[in-house]
Amino acid sequence: MSGAGAREAVFPTRMNLNIMQGRLKGAQTGHSLLSRKRDALTTRFRGILRKVDEAKRKMGRVMQLASFSLAEVTYAAGGDIAYLVQEQAKTATFKVKAKQENVSGVMLPAFDAVREGSTDFNLTGLGRGGQQIQKAREVYAKALETLVELASLQARMHSPTAFTILDEVIRTTNRRVNAIEHVIIPKLENTIKYVVSELDEMDREEFFRLKKVQGKKKRDAEAAELVKQQLAAEGINVDNEEDAETEEEHALDLLAEKDADVMF
Amino acid sequence: MTTASNYADRNLIAVIGDEDSITGLLLAGIGHINSHQKKNFLVVDSKTQTSTIEAAFNEYTERKDIAILLINQHIAERIRPTVEKYQNAFPTVLEIPSKDHPYDPAKDSILKRVQKMYGD
Repeated sequence: MSGAGAREAVFPTRMNLNIMQGRLKGAQTGHSLLSRKRDALTTRFRGILRKVDEAKRKMGRVMQLASFSLAEVTYAAGGDIAYLVQEQAKTATFKVKAKQENVSGVMLPAFDAVREGSTDFNLTGLGRGGQQIQKAREVYAKALETLVELASLQARMHSPTAFTILDEVIRTTNRRVNAIEHVIIPKLENTIKYVVSELDEMDREEFFRLKKVQGKKKRDAEAAELVKQQLAAEGINVDNEEDAETEEEHALDLLAEKDADVMF
Repeated sequence: MTTASNYADRNLIAVIGDEDSITGLLLAGIGHINSHQKKNFLVVDSKTQTSTIEAAFNEYTERKDIAILLINQHIAERIRPTVEKYQNAFPTVLEIPSKDHPYDPAKDSILKRVQKMYGD
């Protein structure tokens, strides 16, 4: 029954019934909106994950290609160039630039690959395999660009302003959706049930009371009629009783009016 | 945490990797030796001590001029606890595959963390 669950502390009136019904409607609309928001955010979240996953896979392929080209170099140069390369590395020509991107009000970090013209390795492979070395350089530079891109994505995931916030928002939305679904809506429904049942109860009481009153009036009228008939049979003038009857009819009229009022 | 001054002057890429990876990346031009004769790359082979790798990892993650730290996945595997402990956005640690060890997404610290975060 209405007393079973939690309900709002309201008086069971028709106005409150209307208010409660309005609030229930609002809660249901809010619930559907919030759950849609949650779905959209979750999709976005998954989208980022998928992007990172794809980038990581791409990186696997690119790095494999790069390794191949390096193997070609080793073959063409007829020996290991690793030592040479390590010794000659002095200044970075492949650098990155960190910047901030503003994506819908959230600052996201991003990296840009920057290449400078000259290289430390102009003389590497001068004797043999120079072409392959140039090619390997290009391939590795391409691979690095992919890596920088991936690092950008990853920095985003790391940065407290993007990924974690998305996660947090999803959680909050989830909490709200659940609260509306399991607390607010049942409470409102309970309140409405309570108000309706109370109103019905009042209606029944009123109806019963009216019936009682009417029955009593009828009994009184019958008794009066009986008395009148007895008096008439005894041959007494009944002028005095006429007055009483009109008064009674007046009372009945009043009753009818009141009745119409109560029933709306 | 990620203020502009923090990462505006980070522009180097550091590497911890095997000889082949390092050679290739150096060819592409990431090698840098700063005024203190510090390199931004560490060649790791089977004889390299784990403590050396860890020291290099810590050094590179603490340096202020490094934006991205590349590390071969099989090497990251050797210092996994240190890598997992590292939480900062800058420098970004990126695990890369090497010639002999294809990339395994299941081992990646970042992806693992994401999975954990997402595991509802």
